[in-house]
Amino acid sequence: MNTNDTLIPHIGVVTDIRIDTPDVKTFRVEAPEGGKVFEHMPGQCAMLSIPGVGEAMFSITSSPTNKEFMEFSIKKCGCLTNWLHAMDVGQMITIRGPYGNAFPVETELKGKDLLFIAGGIGLAPLRSVINYVRDKRENYGSIQVIYGSRSKDDLVDYKEILDEWMTDDGVEVDLTIDNAQEGWDGHVGFVPNYVKELNPSTNKTVLVCGPPIMIKFTLAGLKELGFTETQVYTTMELRMKCGVGKCGRCNIGNKYVCKDGPVFRYDQLGELPDEY
Amino acid sequence: MLRISADKIYELLGAASAAQTVYIPSEREDGEAEFKKYESGMKLTNRLNTLRSAKDFFFPQTEDLVEFKVDGKNIEISDVRKESEDFIIFGVRPCDARSFTILDKVYLVEPVDSFYKNRRDHGTVVTMACSRPAETCFCQTFGIDPTAPEGDCSVWNDGSYYYFKSNTDKGQKFIDSVTSLLEESDTAELDKSIEKTKEVMKKLPLANLSTENFGGDKLNEYFSSDKWAELSESCLGCGTCTFVCPTCQCYDIKDFNTGHGIKRYRCWDSCMYSDFTKMAHGNPRLTQLERFRQRFMHKLVYFPANNNGEFGCVGCGRCLSKCPISMNIVKVMKALEVK
Repeated sequence: MNTNDTLIPHIGVVTDIRIDTPDVKTFRVEAPEGGKVFEHMPGQCAMLSIPGVGEAMFSITSSPTNKEFMEFSIKKCGCLTNWLHAMDVGQMITIRGPYGNAFPVETELKGKDLLFIAGGIGLAPLRSVINYVRDKRENYGSIQVIYGSRSKDDLVDYKEILDEWMTDDGVEVDLTIDNAQEGWDGHVGFVPNYVKELNPSTNKTVLVCGPPIMIKFTLAGLKELGFTETQVYTTMELRMKCGVGKCGRCNIGNKYVCKDGPVFRYDQLGELPDEY
Repeated sequence: MLRISADKIYELLGAASAAQTVYIPSEREDGEAEFKKYESGMKLTNRLNTLRSAKDFFFPQTEDLVEFKVDGKNIEISDVRKESEDFIIFGVRPCDARSFTILDKVYLVEPVDSFYKNRRDHGTVVTMACSRPAETCFCQTFGIDPTAPEGDCSVWNDGSYYYFKSNTDKGQKFIDSVTSLLEESDTAELDKSIEKTKEVMKKLPLANLSTENFGGDKLNEYFSSDKWAELSESCLGCGTCTFVCPTCQCYDIKDFNTGHGIKRYRCWDSCMYSDFTKMAHGNPRLTQLERFRQRFMHKLVYFPANNNGEFGCVGCGRCLSKCPISMNIVKVMKALEVK
């Protein structure tokens, strides 16, 4: 048996851990010999595991244009993620992938004005695309990022947003938090309302990710503003075990999120049953 | 066609098992049939079908995937896969034989599942045509002819003789290995017996069950049907239907600490279970209605949508006889049907 099997993982080494928010850390993962374990496209995911603890699917938050390492922004919310949050630099994990499709950065999104809308940890999969298009700036039109979280402390990648995105020419970043707090003089309010207030041009192609309730109201708001479903992309998440459409649990209708997704255009998602 | 007298069949099985392991459907103490490794003195069951389907041979209930040694921060991965030995499954029914081609559409499409393929490559499927189909049989609904079974080699038993026909190289290899025991004959007697079976098939209670109202294009129509509530009301979520089903292919992946390392294995899972889709933030299939609907939508709509109209059922009837609340795919099809 010398054929590769996707269920047999590779070793990854955690070479850096960044504390993003009280419950989100960003882990840098490299191959034991250095460099990336595998290549990916923005929006794709990987199965991370600690043997004996569990294995789960996470979106790869770093851009493929980063040639040295991959990053995963992970919220602490269960057995495996608690373990990941407790580990130190130098810890080995197992990693397999990449899984799923990607945001169509080289096709449908090319040349378009892009609007990214994210809520909370929903920024993680979009960050891969945002940094990809920032690195290939000439291939895309304007970039606008509307990002909100519960509080200032819950904004993932806040430092990178301030230091890199906001200082980039041609990148507009609009931040909001749910409730006013000391030391925050920016916008206060929920993301869907903020989107309506900002009234972005309907020429833009939208990439949205966040908690289901935020996505629901954001989409309704975008429709009110005149956006059509074919202009909006999102990325889905359901429970997964294999990552390749065989273990049978992440389907929405006849589509497997791990294989046919996780990225869906809204008109395509609309054709599927409302079971996610 | 080549044939052997019925009283010599064990001679043939003995000869075949000298070269490689042969499994035959045989009766347990409780009277249920199961596939067992053939040894001299064992008898073929008179039962129409085995309690569990034959999918275990290629997709076993549990199997090891990979092992880990964990030492502090270090992890070592060992590939525990071994080349399977050649084996023969003798007496697979036509429904179960078709289930293998359905499982192939899941496990042999890219990325190929090497665990499944390994067994598939080394297994020879010898199918046994049915001469006494049961009241719970509805393989005809899915275009399966129980008198003309698929598989590597087809076998017919007319009471007096077993007749053999190879369909693949593997099947021919099997016949070659026992050819000295076989004699050439015409099929007049066999044809008569097949005709009789065909008459029985026409009279089966489910003979007219049709799939014409099902398929990949019926997604929204059936998903939102108000029939699901009543159909699923008594479902216990026991998963028996998925475990006896020859085409149910869902699995879980779990880790087990052996004391010397971590073993990662996969095992059958069931969409009927409440934690099948449960996540940290919630469960998209919260009640048994959604889980029940998933199973039948998968077989009657989703699978055909993804596989050129082929259904994820072979009409073996196991779920009809085993469901503790007597719910089954036939009742679901009849209740849902949009005329």
